[in-house]
Amino acid sequence: MFEQSISTLAQKLRNKDISSVELTRLFLARIAKLDPQLNSYITVSEQRALEQAAAADALIQNGQGTSLTGIPIAHKDLFCTEGTLTTCGSKMLNNFIPPYESTVTSRIQQAGAVMLGKTNMDEFAMGSSNENSFYGAVKNPWNLDMVPGGSSGGSAAAIAAGLAVAATGTDTGGSIRQPASFCGITGLKPTYGRVSRFGMIAYASSLDQGGPMAKSAEDCAHLMQAMAGFDEKDSTSAETPVEDYLANLNAPLTGLKIGLPKEYFGEGLDPQVADIIMAAVKEFEKLGATVKEISLPNLQLSIPSYYVIAPSEASSNLSRFDGVRFGHRCDDPKDLLDMYKRSRAEGFGSEVQKRIMVGTYALSEGYYDAYYLKAQKIRRLIKEDFVKALNEVDVIMGPVAPTTAFGLGSKTSDPVAMYLEDIYTLSVNLAGIPAMSVPAGFANGMPVGLQVMGNYFAEAKLLNVAHQYQQHTDWHLQTPTMAKGA
Amino acid sequence: MSIDKQDVQKIAHLARLALTEADADQYQHSLSSVLSLVEQMQSVDTDGVEPLSNPLEMTQRLREDIVTEENRRDAFLANAPQTEAGLFLVPKVID
Repeated sequence: MFEQSISTLAQKLRNKDISSVELTRLFLARIAKLDPQLNSYITVSEQRALEQAAAADALIQNGQGTSLTGIPIAHKDLFCTEGTLTTCGSKMLNNFIPPYESTVTSRIQQAGAVMLGKTNMDEFAMGSSNENSFYGAVKNPWNLDMVPGGSSGGSAAAIAAGLAVAATGTDTGGSIRQPASFCGITGLKPTYGRVSRFGMIAYASSLDQGGPMAKSAEDCAHLMQAMAGFDEKDSTSAETPVEDYLANLNAPLTGLKIGLPKEYFGEGLDPQVADIIMAAVKEFEKLGATVKEISLPNLQLSIPSYYVIAPSEASSNLSRFDGVRFGHRCDDPKDLLDMYKRSRAEGFGSEVQKRIMVGTYALSEGYYDAYYLKAQKIRRLIKEDFVKALNEVDVIMGPVAPTTAFGLGSKTSDPVAMYLEDIYTLSVNLAGIPAMSVPAGFANGMPVGLQVMGNYFAEAKLLNVAHQYQQHTDWHLQTPTMAKGA
Repeated sequence: MSIDKQDVQKIAHLARLALTEADADQYQHSLSSVLSLVEQMQSVDTDGVEPLSNPLEMTQRLREDIVTEENRRDAFLANAPQTEAGLFLVPKVID
C-alpha cells in the first residue's frame, strides 16, 4: 500500500477499499517502526493526522474532496504550521509553535491532505547533506551510511522509505533536487514566485522556492496543483495564471528539443553518473526528442555568486532571531547586547553562524559593491545564459549532482568541497527557472537523478517530460530494502 | 583572501554573535576559505551589467494602506521567552 501512487490511493479511498484513517494509521505505524533508523521526521503529528484523516473520510463519504483528500503527506519543518512545532532544524526554534499557517501547507490542507508530521532538514536550509540539523543527521534509505542530501533530506528519505506518500520541500540552491537525486525520488523546484513563500522561514528571499517531492512526476503534479498560485501575502508572488499540471502529462514528446550544456559534463563529474545521464537522454531520443549541445558559459561563476547572495540575504533575514519575540534566549543576560549575542551564538549551529558572518562581511561598509553588487551582476550573466539557451531548446538536461550520495561525515571537515557539489543546481535558482530531478538509474547501488530544466513557468512541460520518461522506465518505482517487509 | 582574528571578532560583533577565542580561530579559517572561493568573481568583467535582484525583474506590488490583520496579541506573545503585562520583556536598556 505504501508504494502506491496518489491517483491509485485516491481511487481506493473513493472505492472504500481503504479509509483515510486506516491509510494514515498504516503510515504512522511505518514511521514508528522504520524512522528510528532514518531520523527523517523531527515531529510526528499523530493526533492532527488522525483528525484530518477522519475529516477526509467524511468528505469522501459525501462524494467531495480532491485527488489529495485523505492522502498522508509530510511537510519540511520550514513551513509554519499553526499549533504544530516548527523548528527549521534549529535549536533556535526548538520551542516555536507558529501562531499561523503557511500558504503552502494551508492550501494542501484545504485540498484535504493529511499531515503526518514535519521532516528533518539542514538548519535553516543551509546544507547539502542534512548533517547540519540540530536534531541529528538523516540517513539515506538506500544505504544507512550515506547522506540523503540536503537540505530537504528528511522529505526525500521519508518518501523513498515509504514513510509518506509525498512531501513538501524548499529549494534555494538545490535543496529539493539534490536530495531527490540522492534518494531516488522525483522533485520539482518551481519558477521563482510560482509557489508562495508566506510562512516559509526565510533563508535567501530572492532564491527560496517551495515545491513538491514524491515518487513520480504525476504525484508531483497533484501536489503542485494545490501548492501553486498567486498569494497576496507574498510580495514577490507571480500573478501568472496556474496551468493544469495533470492535463498535459500524456502529451507526446515528438519534436522535443533537448539541450545538453557541455559545462555540465566536464571535469568533476563521476563517469558512472555521466553514463546514466546519457542513457536517459538516449531514451528521450527514442521518444522522438532531438538533442543538441549548448553552452552555459558562466556556470562556474554560479558558486561564488550564490555564496555571496545567499549568505547576504540570510544575514539580513536571520537578524529577526534576537531572543525577544520568539526563539531561544540565553540565561541571565547582563544587558541587551549580551542577550542578542549569546542567544544567537547558542541558538544557531556553526554552518548558520558562518553564513551569517559571510553575509555580514559582504554587506558591510566598503565591501558592498565588491561582493553583493558584483554577485548580482554575475547573476544577470547567468540568467542571460539560460534565456539564450532556452530560445534554442525546449528543455535543458544534465546531472543534478556530480556524484551519488556520499558518506556521512565524509565532507564535514571541508565545507568548501561540499559547496562545490552544488555546481549543477545553484545556477537554476540564480536564474529563477524551474527544474526537476527525475530518477534515472543507479551507480554503486545508489540512485542517480537526471536534471530537467525549463523556461519560466514551464512546470507543466517539465512534468510532462518527466512523466513520459517514467512511462518507459521504472527507476522511480524502485524501493530500498529497508523499506520492504514492514 | 584571508582575514585575521580581529576581523572575525568585528564581523561577529556586527552580526551580534558571541564568539569564544576557539570559535574565532575556527571561523577565521572557514570564513577565509569561503572568501577565497568568492574571490574569483573579481576577475569577471561586469562593466555595464545591471545587477539582478529579482529573477523575474518584478517591481514591488503595493497594497492599500488599510489594516488587514486582526489583533492577536496573546497568540504572538505566547512564543516570547519573557513577557509582562502584555509586552515583550528585555533586559534593562535605560539606567
